[in-house]
Amino acid sequence: MPLLTVTDLRTYFHTRNGVYRAVDGISFHLDRGETLGIVGESGSGKSVTGYSLMGLVPQPPGRIEGGSALFDGVDLLHCPPAALRAIRGKRISMIFQDPMTSLNPYLRIGEQLIEPLLIHEKISKPDALKRALAMLEAVGINDASSRLRSYPHEFSGGMRQRVMIAMALITKPELLIADEPTTALDVTVQAQILELIKKMQRELGMAVIFITHDLGVVAGLCDRVLVMYAGRVVESAGTRTLFRQPKHPYTIALQRSIPSTQPKGAELFTIPGMPPDVSKPINGCSFAPRCAHAADSCTTRDPKLAHITNDHEQACLRVQAGEL
Amino acid sequence: MTEPILELQDIKTHFPVQKGFLFRKQVGTVKAVDGVSLSLRRGEVLGLVGESGCGKSTLARTIMQLVPTTGGTVLLEGKNLTQSSTASVQDIRRDLQMVFQDPYASLNPRMTVFATLAEPLLVHKVCPPGEVVTRVGQLMELVGLAPRFMQKYPHEFSGGQRQRIAIARALALQPKVIIADEPVSALDVSIQAQILNLLAELVRKMGLSLVFIAHDLSVVKHISDRVAVMYLGKIVELGSAVDVIEHPQHPYTRALVSAIPVPDPDVERARQRIVLAGDPPSPINPPSGCAFHPRCAFAKDCCKTGVIPLISFLNREVACVRIGEIQTH
Repeated sequence: MPLLTVTDLRTYFHTRNGVYRAVDGISFHLDRGETLGIVGESGSGKSVTGYSLMGLVPQPPGRIEGGSALFDGVDLLHCPPAALRAIRGKRISMIFQDPMTSLNPYLRIGEQLIEPLLIHEKISKPDALKRALAMLEAVGINDASSRLRSYPHEFSGGMRQRVMIAMALITKPELLIADEPTTALDVTVQAQILELIKKMQRELGMAVIFITHDLGVVAGLCDRVLVMYAGRVVESAGTRTLFRQPKHPYTIALQRSIPSTQPKGAELFTIPGMPPDVSKPINGCSFAPRCAHAADSCTTRDPKLAHITNDHEQACLRVQAGEL
Repeated sequence: MTEPILELQDIKTHFPVQKGFLFRKQVGTVKAVDGVSLSLRRGEVLGLVGESGCGKSTLARTIMQLVPTTGGTVLLEGKNLTQSSTASVQDIRRDLQMVFQDPYASLNPRMTVFATLAEPLLVHKVCPPGEVVTRVGQLMELVGLAPRFMQKYPHEFSGGQRQRIAIARALALQPKVIIADEPVSALDVSIQAQILNLLAELVRKMGLSLVFIAHDLSVVKHISDRVAVMYLGKIVELGSAVDVIEHPQHPYTRALVSAIPVPDPDVERARQRIVLAGDPPSPINPPSGCAFHPRCAFAKDCCKTGVIPLISFLNREVACVRIGEIQTH
């Protein structure tokens, strides 16, 4: 049985300017120990997916309109708050994009690190501090015992992200949701953090949902990938399949627009236009207005994910009809 | 190639570090840029790469004379910017324009596109007031925006469109040199490609020279003719974009190149990555000798003292005293 099964998750934001369908009916599952990448451009709904699972969508304006997310038999979207609190921060942890703003500047690192332990486990403060020390050492912070007494501003960006990871992993979660954890960091530091996540995953055997816009990061880290566009999954496949045999025109276009995959100096391949406004009704396929292969039928019928092989699904109508 | 249009000679930009509230005293200096010499040829794109804090943005601001230089000279077509009066620097800026990283912050939210693009035209009296509207329309078309959006405000545009407005503003005075400081870092991949294409096309069409600053090496390799790699305020490697990024020589450049994730699962899983330990050291108190030596796998005692000069090596310049011994192919 999968660790997490998400079915038809829909998260909408009700604002003065209309209803934004940030996540509009996505389904996926995740096994124990597996790494799932969620890629997409800004506004595709990848972060809101993570927030919805953690119950972190601000309500209002946000609202979970439907769907279910079964984590080991518990529906995260509809369980009582107390049940969710027992899971969140204990069995599911999350790390965020910006390590500069996601730590409390008023609390010493040690205090913040042991907070999840004090809440979720019957443990004394000195014992919790011992665990915090071990965890800080595990994420590669030198001189950890004196660092426990430091404040976040005394750390660099990469070190703060290490502290965030230590805090997320201190309760030995079964699932880690990482929302663009390296986007704000330099490439050399990014390499360190990715190595660290891989190492911790091996040690703890946890599953990871890795949300990113960087296909390069996905290639090295993930077992399976979901490609999101305008709140929906357009393609889902094993990492190798997705890179070797992408089927959906958006996935193909996204890969082609990366500079490093193109000959130097040549005009870069671009996707014309912009992602759609998800507060307006979209007829048919949301990618059709930017798609080079769009036909009339693309704007009339609603695309659905369909299996190509056992682990490869995609939502292009024309591919499904065998026309592409 | 022709003679350089922009020349930097031993540029130093230091900032004082002060302590105390009532009795402020200087306790040190941040050597943000420390002895950089570069030249930009006419029509050339020079990429400037390095991690945050390496001084690449300060160097850009120094070239623009937005921060005072501590030492060295900036020559634009032979005119010395560092010793010119404020008024003549204003005048020289017609030829030297800048595009900033964040198009959400670099455009005035209270100014329409028209007001934003008309301002440089009016300030520098480039064209008679009656022609400003036509000129603004032309500028917008040049960067791929429809002139009918002239009366819109920045918030009505997406990030990529805002960056186009910022580029149009930089082009308004028909400059000879543009300094683009991370112009695509804040944009999504598909939008990034559009802006890169636009910049490359403008360089070709208008004969611009471009200093392109970025931390993304694959972007820099794509657009640049030559690349300079900076570490802690100094250039450590300088050469043609293909040479430097495909066959890096300086140990720092090697680590930087190896840290870029490759969008190919087989390559990515098979390769050996050089993972640097720790963070770049503080520029307040940089290590002696080669600033990279505490993180360098090849460092020996000879790296820890003295000044490390840029030396010619395999069609490029490298600041590493051991480069002959540790060369790779």
